[in-house]
Amino acid sequence: MSATESLISVRDLSVHYGNRHALQSVSGQFHAGSLTAVAGPNGSGKSTLLKTLAGVIRPSSGEITFAHGRRPQMAYLPQASHLLRDFPISVEEVVLTGYYPRLGEKRSIRDKHRAEARKALREVGLDGFSEREIGGLSGGEFQRVLFARVIVQNASVILLDEPFTAVDAETTSRLIKLLLKWHKEKRTVICVLHDLLLIQKYFPDSMVLQGKCLGSGHTHKMFEQKLLSFDLDMAELRTAGEDRDPSHAHHGHDH
Amino acid sequence: MTPVTRITAMTIESALIEPFSNFAFMQRALIACVILSVGGAPLGFFMNQRRMALVSDAMSHAILPGVAAAFLIAGLGVWSLTIGGLVAGCLVALLSVFLSRHTKIKEDSVFTLLFLLSLTSGIVLLSLKGSNIDLLHMLFGDILAIDSEGLCFIAGVAIMTLYALAFIYRGLVLDCFDPDFLMASGRGRWTRQIFFMLFVINLVAAFQALGTLMALGLLLLPAIASGFWTRHINGAILLSVVIAIASSYAGLLISYHTNTPSGPVVVMVCGVVCLLSVMLGPRGSFLAGLKKE
Repeated sequence: MSATESLISVRDLSVHYGNRHALQSVSGQFHAGSLTAVAGPNGSGKSTLLKTLAGVIRPSSGEITFAHGRRPQMAYLPQASHLLRDFPISVEEVVLTGYYPRLGEKRSIRDKHRAEARKALREVGLDGFSEREIGGLSGGEFQRVLFARVIVQNASVILLDEPFTAVDAETTSRLIKLLLKWHKEKRTVICVLHDLLLIQKYFPDSMVLQGKCLGSGHTHKMFEQKLLSFDLDMAELRTAGEDRDPSHAHHGHDH
Repeated sequence: MTPVTRITAMTIESALIEPFSNFAFMQRALIACVILSVGGAPLGFFMNQRRMALVSDAMSHAILPGVAAAFLIAGLGVWSLTIGGLVAGCLVALLSVFLSRHTKIKEDSVFTLLFLLSLTSGIVLLSLKGSNIDLLHMLFGDILAIDSEGLCFIAGVAIMTLYALAFIYRGLVLDCFDPDFLMASGRGRWTRQIFFMLFVINLVAAFQALGTLMALGLLLLPAIASGFWTRHINGAILLSVVIAIASSYAGLLISYHTNTPSGPVVVMVCGVVCLLSVMLGPRGSFLAGLKKE
């Protein structure tokens, strides 16, 4: 992966919530066009890293730098559980909020935006759902709405926070296809997820977190080094990571 | 027109319209309520959606020590009371953020503490100089005594509120529905602060008419009620305003005919409409629950 240019570099990134250290000196790189899974047990700082990359929270220390010194356009998909599901808003309006970063408050939503939103909904299999209220959607349908919002943002970097949690297998399969399409289109995709099977099968690169970065690089290497393992419960990662010879830990992409 | 229908028409007119056509104080009270409804009910909708009804209750009482201090210093002037209320409202909001972030006190405990502290310190301050009439005025307002200066202030607040809401509307929707996405957008960093400032200013405006104990009624109760009738944000906001205006009109009429205090009756009607909505509305009400079963 080192042959390609690094699009996002994270150096000694730390984030504290009050007295709690969510991230400690995390360093790593995300290359242009890569498809990276961010893995780790609950509370390991995966979502915090993604939020920091997205600009939702500010790091306590360390820095994030971007290629050419310019922050790329990013689409951020938060955890569905963090959204107010009973807010009285329609499916199409949720997708249209994807234009907010570009249009802000003043520039109006035009017919072409609505047409794009409906097209995005078709792409995620929600044709005819435009006028439905989000409160009446299933978990999988709601997640697809959020993916449609990512589509209309047309960003070069896509950040996904646990997009397959509480989603049925059929929806997961459909959304994975979208992810692979974005990867084919050379977009940089960074995805927080737990499912080791999905990581092994679809994500060429991985970063393993446990407060700090235990390692990052090719996913198969993460499995070889037992940083990712079906034999280990994710909760055991901390011990596994700490028991390892520190010289074997790969901070930053190494290939 | 038969004599019976003529008498009925006259009775209806004398019951529903004459109190307002005959008395300037009733007109001013109605105008004040309509203006407060137009500016305040949309804010109440967003406050309710944010699950911050309890917070808004604490904020409404938080203005009391400020207006009490302003009253002690400068008397019952609209502008001095407004400034006092604003300063106290903002101080209490900042204090609540500080206590929540830097101590282990639970959020609802913070608001209970600040609500009681504000109310009692306001009453103690008023007792230093004021009479019981002043205290009653601060706590319950006097909507029938609202003068032109007060009306102009309320109208100014409503115009500013609508203008500001139009300016922050998309960000505000996102801040309620998906705050992380708003932050990630790199826009709307001041949306939340502007919203809370507008809310405090509207509470101060409502205080002029309804007092600190009931200022919140016209802002929040119609917004809670509307959520049980409509599924859409624009419809819910519009319905909040309509319920607030209709409740104000009905409340003023009832108070006129029954010779009861106007402000409390207006808020009581808002409360009754809210309760009926919770019980009978088509969305999430008790009745809707029974039908589902």
